[in-house]
Amino acid sequence: MTNQEIFPNEYNTLIAPGAHWSLVVRKGMEMTLTDPEGGANVGMLFYNPNLLSEKYNAPDTLKCQHTFKLTRGHCLYSDMGRVFASITHDSFGWHETICGNSHAQHVENRWGKRSYQTQSNAWLQNGFDAFLVELAKYRMKKQDLAANLNLFSEVSSDEEGTLSLSRQSQAGDSITLRFEMDTLVIMHTCPHPLNTAADYPQKPVQVSLKKASPIQADDYCLNLCDENRRGFHNNALYHLGM
Amino acid sequence: MIKESDLSLADAKFRTKVDAGDYYIQTIKMGETIRIIDLEGNQAADTLFYNAHDPSERYSASDTVREGAALYLTAGTILKTNLNRDLLEIVADTCGRHDTVGGACSTESNTVRYDLEKRCMHACRDSWLLAIAEHEEYGLAKEDIGHNINFFMNVPVTSDGQLQFADGVSGPGKYVELVAKMDTIVLISNCPQLNNPCNAYNPTPIEVAVWNAA
Repeated sequence: MTNQEIFPNEYNTLIAPGAHWSLVVRKGMEMTLTDPEGGANVGMLFYNPNLLSEKYNAPDTLKCQHTFKLTRGHCLYSDMGRVFASITHDSFGWHETICGNSHAQHVENRWGKRSYQTQSNAWLQNGFDAFLVELAKYRMKKQDLAANLNLFSEVSSDEEGTLSLSRQSQAGDSITLRFEMDTLVIMHTCPHPLNTAADYPQKPVQVSLKKASPIQADDYCLNLCDENRRGFHNNALYHLGM
Repeated sequence: MIKESDLSLADAKFRTKVDAGDYYIQTIKMGETIRIIDLEGNQAADTLFYNAHDPSERYSASDTVREGAALYLTAGTILKTNLNRDLLEIVADTCGRHDTVGGACSTESNTVRYDLEKRCMHACRDSWLLAIAEHEEYGLAKEDIGHNINFFMNVPVTSDGQLQFADGVSGPGKYVELVAKMDTIVLISNCPQLNNPCNAYNPTPIEVAVWNAA
């Protein structure tokens, strides 16, 4: 076996519906998530694996880029002013980060009670409990949860501020996150909390990891706004001497 | 929605002025009413709430806006916890709209938003951290500093997904009033931000008043 076969730089997997997973993604890697069937949702959170108190901060992310939606060009910031990941590709156009997760009560009210005994791996898991289980693997608890990303779910607002789940991804939609620092990624594939489909949406998500191309001076995410240039400066300071 | 209160400040059991750059931390009991007054207008009161008996249960912007299907907070809004339980209700509001998307300023986010060399300017998250350091009796730590409300701030979201920082809808003497649905720790940073035109680069005092349960 070659060294490349023993220690590959790429990885592909299909995350089952209603499931949760976590991994540390290294700086310079990119993660592409693809919705193979349409109508998927991926709840996602980021932490600094070296200091778990540093985590994804949705308000800082939205405010510094003057945006409510997240799409290509946007950077996903930590509460310490650093960029965990930038969105280098997006075919969907609007990922939301404000509505949080379904709780057990939502799922039970809409689709029935979660029961592994009767449902096995198709059990009706909710996003909040999924995150709590995954966080506990790193000794984190509910107070460590932050407002999360809901990839492949568009939530828009009218002038009065009325919110709705206005669009979901189609089969084949994909988003690529390029990681700008080592990042603990926590994710689940539970339904979006505003999803009121007749049946519990059993939607898997394809995840692929590979080395990203090195950032060039004309990088789209870096140059989206002055704020992102300063965010990348903060990352450079964090990595000073490496 | 503009809704005036029936309560009189003369009947309040507690009143205090909070200067810009200072914090306010206090527990209010279930059923008690708290009013926050924007004394001079266009100020931001960056506010967090906790279950006083278990602060790991706290105000959740996500649960609040999702359950109400409403992005802006005003009279009638139920503030939810991270366990999706009722925490407080806004019962009066002469401002009409409050933000819970924009979060709080921090020295770190100031470096991104304004200038890398503005990292040492005072900020809301530093005020909260000072509050919890000086008041260990509340049992709060950094991980409890979550996603807050910006009372008196106007941060409109357009239908195409842009976030705007509009001129304030608040003015001198405007207030918001809430009734606690459980014993609640109130933690306010009266925003010290000097880089934002929202407050005309001039942060000003707020007042907090508390009434006994009716």
